[in-house]
Amino acid sequence: MRTAQAVAWKEIQVYFGNPMAYIVGLIFLAVTGFFFVLDLGDPFPEASLSNFYQGATIILILLAPALTMRLLAEEQKLGTIELLLTSPVRDWEVIIGKYLASLVFLLSMIMLTLYYPLLLFIFADPDPGPIYSGYLGLILYGSAALSIGILTSTLTSNQIVAFVVSAGVLLLLFFANTGAGVVGGFWATLVNEVGMNSHFGDFSRGVIDTKHIFYFLSVTAFFLFLSIRALESRRWR
Amino acid sequence: MTTEANDDVMIQASGLTHYYGPQPAIEDVNFKVKRGEILGFLGPNGAGKTTTMRIITGFMPPSQGKVTLGGYDVVEQSLQARRKVGYLPETVPLYTEMAVASYLRYMGTLRGMEPKRIKQRISEVIDVCRLGDYHKTIIGKLSKGFRQRVGIAQAILHEPEVLVMDEPTIGIDPIQVVETRKLIQDLGKQQTVVLSSHILPEVSMICERVLIIHQGRIVAEDTPDNLAQRLQGVDQLQVEVGGPPAEVLPALKRVKGVTEVTHRRQQNREIYSVKVQQGQDLRDEISRAVISNGWSLLNLQQVGMSLEDIFLRLTTQEELG
Ligand SMILES: Nc1ncnc2c1ncn2[C@@H]1O[C@H](COP(=O)(O)OP(=O)(O)OP(=O)(O)O)[C@@H](O)[C@H]1O
Ligand SMILES: [Mg+2]
Repeated sequence: MRTAQAVAWKEIQVYFGNPMAYIVGLIFLAVTGFFFVLDLGDPFPEASLSNFYQGATIILILLAPALTMRLLAEEQKLGTIELLLTSPVRDWEVIIGKYLASLVFLLSMIMLTLYYPLLLFIFADPDPGPIYSGYLGLILYGSAALSIGILTSTLTSNQIVAFVVSAGVLLLLFFANTGAGVVGGFWATLVNEVGMNSHFGDFSRGVIDTKHIFYFLSVTAFFLFLSIRALESRRWR
Repeated sequence: MTTEANDDVMIQASGLTHYYGPQPAIEDVNFKVKRGEILGFLGPNGAGKTTTMRIITGFMPPSQGKVTLGGYDVVEQSLQARRKVGYLPETVPLYTEMAVASYLRYMGTLRGMEPKRIKQRISEVIDVCRLGDYHKTIIGKLSKGFRQRVGIAQAILHEPEVLVMDEPTIGIDPIQVVETRKLIQDLGKQQTVVLSSHILPEVSMICERVLIIHQGRIVAEDTPDNLAQRLQGVDQLQVEVGGPPAEVLPALKRVKGVTEVTHRRQQNREIYSVKVQQGQDLRDEISRAVISNGWSLLNLQQVGMSLEDIFLRLTTQEELG
């Protein structure tokens, strides 16, 4: 565990010392700010953040992969993975450490947006329920998105490939539910269950359903598990 | 793991074969390294030195065969085996955005060292590797030689039982090369060291035993002294003569003690490589032979055995006798 911590701490320092991470943070703030203004400009102001949540989830389809693409692909490109994997480090410690670092950066990015609800609380009288639950959903969704990015970064030494593939997977997963109408029947239910957007919706409406929490946590665990296996597979014959 | 030699043998590789593609990069490589021994891998580019080292350190599994390190199989008991290793990879991969000291601290933590010991060892290795003025420098801004030193520093940081160094002296200046060799020799008193090189004198200077690897196979294994003796069975002279090659060649061959003469023309100069029997100094006889024929002797020098010559000798050993 100390090793995972060390990996995480090292990567956190890289994030906060890296202009790229700040650009990602700025884009996130700009885009979510724009959607927040949409929330305010609603002809029937409900003092809610539903547009903000929608915008944040969509922009994270691009930003989460941008945060994770470097994490393992660069180690493979530069060869530093040779020293990492010949150290007495367990594969899960590497993956979990890297994931935690990206999660910390994502959380700090999300935290910066807290001034939107703060403004609402100061100048309006919003229903606090959807605001809290929306943030919880955003964090859970972000965590799942990061784990997908970690997997693609483990599979390639090319950061661009890692970015494009994980953004693609995320896009498909996110909008899977729009395809549900096309297929119908059992498949519609399945696609709806797999799709992220359908699980996120309740959070932004103020509903905290353990089913949805379980869904996002499972997605995160699943992709982290695959990443660990992918890293381990280098040690197989 | 029941043999009585177990205490003594630190690394045992048996039947290592590795394929990257259809051709094996190494084939049926077997060797043992005793505790506290310094073993050198000598071989030309592409011989399979790096491949072998990557297998020993557990970075990748061999296609066939197995390696044990202090009794632990590097594939099956990878974690225990890896606890024993310090590794300096060939390309010295480092995190370029980190400062030297924080990089070393990170590597120490990965090796499971206690924070206190890390701190103490960092100041020791920074001293030993002469990195004193650079411990706060970002690695990306260091010159190649200094990066090499950082690489060595991280490899020895945790005082590993086994030290694997892939071309440790490449890219560092002559003074530092001497110090590094001395350092490796010192380390080799307690630790087991495996290093690779294509510089014969370097290997013979540092190592107690040398494995010569060629096209993925071990072609010779001996102490440097024995190897040198076997190789010095033949001495070579390089002679430049102003005269018709058709006549010079047989004349040189007639000199007593000469075993072989080859001729080549290099930028309009007639150069002859003359191989002579062991321990004989034929410079006098050769110069007389040239001058008595009325040709001019333009150059005459002894040449050491090049690595190619050694390989030629070793791959055609029956001639050596
Ligand atoms: N990653 C790889 N993929 C494919 N082939 C490889 C790879 N690494 C090495 N090889 C091949 O394996 C053979 C042995 O290479 P290796 O790097 O072990 O040689 P070496 O003795 O370390 O050479 P050098 O002195 O140049 O470092 C070479 O023919 C090389 O082309
Ligand atoms: Mg090599």
